[in-house]
Amino acid sequence: MMDSKYKLTLGGALLGAFTTAAVPATAQTMDVSVTIPRLTVAEYHKPYVALWIEQAGKPARTINVWYDTGKKNNAGIKWLRDMRQWWRTVGRTTPTPPNGVTGATRAPGAAKISFTAGKGGMPALTAGSYTLVVEAAREGGGREVVKVPFTVSAAGTAKGSGKGSFELGAVSLTVRR
Amino acid sequence: MLNSRKSLLLLAASAALALSTAAQARQWLLPSETMFTGSGNEWLTVDAANSTDLYYYDHPGQPWDAVITAPDGSTVPVENRMVGKLRQVFDVPIAQGGTYKISITNDQMFGSSMLNGEKKMLPRGTTPATLAAAIPAGATEVQTAEANNRIETFVTAGEPTTSVFTSGGKGIEMIPVTHPNDLAVDEEATFQFLLDGKPAADLEVVAIPGGIRYRADLKQISAKTDAEGKVRFTWPEAGMYWVSVSIGGRRGGEGAGGPPPATPPQPEAPERRASYAMTVEVQG
Repeated sequence: MMDSKYKLTLGGALLGAFTTAAVPATAQTMDVSVTIPRLTVAEYHKPYVALWIEQAGKPARTINVWYDTGKKNNAGIKWLRDMRQWWRTVGRTTPTPPNGVTGATRAPGAAKISFTAGKGGMPALTAGSYTLVVEAAREGGGREVVKVPFTVSAAGTAKGSGKGSFELGAVSLTVRR
Repeated sequence: MLNSRKSLLLLAASAALALSTAAQARQWLLPSETMFTGSGNEWLTVDAANSTDLYYYDHPGQPWDAVITAPDGSTVPVENRMVGKLRQVFDVPIAQGGTYKISITNDQMFGSSMLNGEKKMLPRGTTPATLAAAIPAGATEVQTAEANNRIETFVTAGEPTTSVFTSGGKGIEMIPVTHPNDLAVDEEATFQFLLDGKPAADLEVVAIPGGIRYRADLKQISAKTDAEGKVRFTWPEAGMYWVSVSIGGRRGGEGAGGPPPATPPQPEAPERRASYAMTVEVQG
């Protein structure tokens, strides 16, 4: 109601900025879908998976790590370094296991995860270019990295998608408010 | 037609290169892992050998003594050391966070002296410490030179550190600009080489990826050190690389394709020798 009243008195150019500020901003959310392919192998272990966000000139931010959380004495962390690109880029310079962003490994299929800006490892994404990197490493299997470049608009939204060939299937993301 | 002829020529050229370097055994240390999680109870195992093919064992083993320097500067004793016919193996507990150096150094003296009109060569295996005893009493025209060989590799638990990269001021040493446990395919890495503690300028450094046995092309890349002793490599593929540089003697250039010395080193005026080889892992 207040909004519509002001709208009548303000010029068009100002309107957008004003309404954005006046309306309580809904938190920015990034929805990610990561497909783990179903593989017919004699001995299958669910892969370790790391998701992180890269932006030129800024430190990479881990947003999710799936590993074997069920081992005694948390012994599953030993193999975090098998996600070698993640380990080199960000894993080894942050606490092991990373705080507040870990979860159990997931079964084959499309995993859908929502990340809220400011929660866990998820940063607020201002307008600009980013890359979502997903790395999967499977015990007794292969390792694959899928990079999904995306551009966040002034409105704080974005879309992106990519695809793996061996250890990862489709990867997609939607940033919304 | 042109293409196939060109590739044949290339193949011939690389085969010739492989042959020319096959005669020179390469000394190396191969770590089982270069990146550890850093949980405090991990193990590194290392192979040490002298071979023509990287990284296979095809020459008699060496009774080297490796020195392991931990991130805190302490020396870690190796465990389960086994000296075989073709290789040496040892284990290293990785208990600290940071970068470890695994190093083998071998300092020898060579040369000659005259005794009663007869030339006496220094016995093989003479070291700076045993030099005085190795020269016969009353010998004249003593001519000696030192040979310093160094073989290294590095592994890191958790975050890389740089405490182990200090210069002892003897032989060829590597001081990283790019950390040797932070190398990745298509990225440029810079290393500085020192000779007796000073920048080793204008030396040919070669890098050869492992797995030589099953490929036709040696895939050797080489670059010259600049005035500061710095050399830059951009890694074309992931894997373990043998990076080497040497001065003096017939091993000059270590198969870098450089011209052989115009005259072989004369025993009367022995040439100072030094060599350095490290194994580094390039992440893909």
